[in-house]
Amino acid sequence: MRASRPGMSRALVRRETIAGYLFLLPSLFFFLVFVIYPMFMCIYTSFFDSNMGKDAVDMFIGLGNYKELFQDKIFLGALKNTAIIVLVSVPTVCAFSLWVSSAIYNMKPVFTSAFRCIFYLPVVTGSVAVTVVWKWMYNNYYGIFNYLGKSVGLIDSNINWLGDPKYALWCIILILFTTSVGQPIVLYVSALGNVDQTLVEAAEVDGATKTQVFWKIKWAQIMPTTLYILIITTINSFQCFALIQLLTSGGPSHSTDTVMYYIYYTAFKLYRYGYGNAMGVVLMVIIAILSAIQYKLGQTDS
Amino acid sequence: MTTKKSALYKIIAFVLVLILALLFTFPLYWILTGSFKTQKEINSTSPAWWPSEWTMKNYENLMGKMKAPLWEVSVPFSQYFTEDGTATVVSAGPQVPGAIRWMLNTIWMAVAAMLLTCLTSALAGYALAKKRFIGRTLIFTLIVCAMALPKQVILIPLIREMSSLKLYNTISAVIYPIVGWPFGVFLIKQFAEGIPGEIIEAARIDGAGEVKTFTTVAYPMIKPGVGALAIFTFINSWNDYFMQLIMLSSTKNLTISLGIAKMQAENSTDYGLIMAGAAFAAVPIITVFLIFQKYFTKGITMGAVKG
Repeated sequence: MRASRPGMSRALVRRETIAGYLFLLPSLFFFLVFVIYPMFMCIYTSFFDSNMGKDAVDMFIGLGNYKELFQDKIFLGALKNTAIIVLVSVPTVCAFSLWVSSAIYNMKPVFTSAFRCIFYLPVVTGSVAVTVVWKWMYNNYYGIFNYLGKSVGLIDSNINWLGDPKYALWCIILILFTTSVGQPIVLYVSALGNVDQTLVEAAEVDGATKTQVFWKIKWAQIMPTTLYILIITTINSFQCFALIQLLTSGGPSHSTDTVMYYIYYTAFKLYRYGYGNAMGVVLMVIIAILSAIQYKLGQTDS
Repeated sequence: MTTKKSALYKIIAFVLVLILALLFTFPLYWILTGSFKTQKEINSTSPAWWPSEWTMKNYENLMGKMKAPLWEVSVPFSQYFTEDGTATVVSAGPQVPGAIRWMLNTIWMAVAAMLLTCLTSALAGYALAKKRFIGRTLIFTLIVCAMALPKQVILIPLIREMSSLKLYNTISAVIYPIVGWPFGVFLIKQFAEGIPGEIIEAARIDGAGEVKTFTTVAYPMIKPGVGALAIFTFINSWNDYFMQLIMLSSTKNLTISLGIAKMQAENSTDYGLIMAGAAFAAVPIITVFLIFQKYFTKGITMGAVKG
């Protein structure tokens, strides 16, 4: 990217630069003030013992927060829970949405768009509305899950779904799943619709089976979409927060803490601002590494 | 034989997808029917699939809780001059149910965030794609790096920043970071790359100024991108619960999601009331979604392809 084209006169360069910055100015203002500055502050404050009080003075403690972080059992537990959520939800979301999409993309357009719409509904409904109704469904006494489970004989007595460390995290993963497949399905339906039909027909003429056509031709062509879905689902699973905050508040006894929730808890319940930021930095690094790996993998594959 | 088999598979797949779709709509169905059920039916251990007796009581309860003024007009920038840092209110509307005020807050927030984001991103994306100037590469690198990071980690420092700017607990504190998020600039830039340089050159030769070139030549070509971005921003800001949660605190400044969450925290067992709240929050956005459904799916796909 050159700063100027060879034939451009000095005056023109200046004119372009001024015009460019004037166009950029409004956006750059919001970007620098409300994104870059806090991002910088996040890293900066992570080296301080800092709380949210009005007259509190920040004390520089170097890597102290980071040292504490890796000995903090709750944080390590939160990291483990986050890893479980990501490892379970990313493959299931991808596989499920790929299957649904390949089932619906060549239906009559009415059905395709109706189904696509329905699977997208939990996303638009909003996390709070979705979560409160699930909370009711999981309820120990009035919830529909216990009622159904007992009437078909799956369970003998009521299960306190969200209050039992054995089930709580899985209950959250289930809700996260229903709110995560909407976007991948929309993307896959459009990607499958764009697969080069001449290649598919050529393969069919050569006697390839449906399964072969799918894996040998379509899979390769929708690879960029898969990659994109992998990345956004990973990031979304990492950021799982509203569900935890509204359903379990990380409980029972921190068994459903995720990193995102624990950051919130440290900063806004314990008022440990610097410590929370140190966690934020660790989360940033993990996500950056994962995105880079997924990106690299996707590039070598296709 | 194979066609028979694949026809059978198609039918089975259709039925399976249909069942799944019904399961996916169930929570919404449960919200809507639950909001019309009587207290007795809700607190029964064998749930009723359909309300046996329809009641508006839950909605009456929802509208009877947490009053807030319908509007408040305050002197601009007055928060910087008063002692306690609150703005001087010159006109306050009549007291209305909190839910109404929250809905208005949410609509204002989402619409303002959407318009501001589209405007700033369109200008900046165009400049980054079509203008050659010093520092362009640096800015673009910053944008790409910022985009790869989780948005939520900046929220803690943002709180402090907003308090020192005296914006904490105002809707603006939610709007500005959304506008600053660089995804929009990135998306529009990808669209603006497609504008042929010759057209811009031609407009310039015809004597069009920078602004005129943008509005008459560039804007029509990035319009689909702006549309997609508008939808994206609207939905995302409407549903950005975390940001709203930490930025807004007083009853009159809540968004509808926050308000429902607060009601849930205070009346955790009154499921009828909470379902009424959830329905009140969800129905408008779902209606918007159903009306603009085509654009939504287009917007999502375009965002992915270009992004």
